[in-house]
Amino acid sequence: MSESTEDVLGTAAQWLAEGETVAIATVVETWGSSPRPPGSRLAVTASGRLAGSVSGGCIEGAVAEAARETMRTGAPQLLDFGISDERAWEVGLACGGRLTVFVEKLA
Amino acid sequence: MTPALLARLRAAQAAKQPVALLTRLSDGHQCLWPEDACPGALAEAAQAALREDAARTVALDGEPWFVHPHNPPLRLIVVGAVHIAQALVPMALPLGFAVTVIDPRRAWATAERFPGIALRHDWPDEAMAALAPDSRTAVVTLTHDPKLDDPALDVALRSPCFYIGALGSRRTHAKRVARLREMGHGEAAIARIHAPVGLAIEAVTAPEIALSILAELVAVRRGAALAARAAPAAEQAA
Repeated sequence: MSESTEDVLGTAAQWLAEGETVAIATVVETWGSSPRPPGSRLAVTASGRLAGSVSGGCIEGAVAEAARETMRTGAPQLLDFGISDERAWEVGLACGGRLTVFVEKLA
Repeated sequence: MTPALLARLRAAQAAKQPVALLTRLSDGHQCLWPEDACPGALAEAAQAALREDAARTVALDGEPWFVHPHNPPLRLIVVGAVHIAQALVPMALPLGFAVTVIDPRRAWATAERFPGIALRHDWPDEAMAALAPDSRTAVVTLTHDPKLDDPALDVALRSPCFYIGALGSRRTHAKRVARLREMGHGEAAIARIHAPVGLAIEAVTAPEIALSILAELVAVRRGAALAARAAPAAEQAA
């Protein structure tokens, strides 16, 4: 999103240039009270670096965990978080919103 | 996303070209509109997403695609390289504005006072005409000086810019309104000017005034109710 000056893509490109393995997670759909709109991005590396966000901090850990698998296999994933999903409690999406996050490897 | 596509996306951003990244969510297949050939329905969705500056998911042949617009930054044109501008400009950057400061007074508009910011020393009407404010542009005049502010407002009022703010008291603005009327601007056009500029938060210091201006910019851009207030001209008439 143009309104964000957080240059997540720039950071991801920089990490890639440094030889890191990088995945990008993007909010693709939200329902109810989700803190970050569609298009919000989180970049993660296999080494554990994080930039940007896909929520208010509730699900970043779970997304980063899923991103490890995508970085290993190269296969993208579509993750669903929300109150209808028992994982919401696991990962602590206490705000009651629901969102879908697309995770892809930068490769 | 391939590194090559990431590089193309970042190149488009650097060139301030509006583009949309299209992703088929089933397998991650991607293309970049308008550089790549995209099916008609996706092209339409890309245009709509860019116009509304909002990402969305659309279905094409039963497959969901994520349409992610990447617009160039919003623009903020500041007329008057004054003290308040020095507070306003650095605060506008993290809000996503690309800032240009116009002031023909070279002693004010210096790189030392505005490090890394685009500065123009031509007369405000010429500078504004060259910058061609569009619907993603905000214009704020800060000089208090009619011979600098008025020509800039004249161009701004004839542009589709989404925000026009003018520093100065109600009294100053009443005189300004009279001058703008003489220049041929109608009431509806003049009512576009937010004056006194900024939300009413009793701002005193330059950073506080900058905060009130930027809060008003965000409120107008996001359609917040507090941005809709009586037109300045009507207030004067009352």
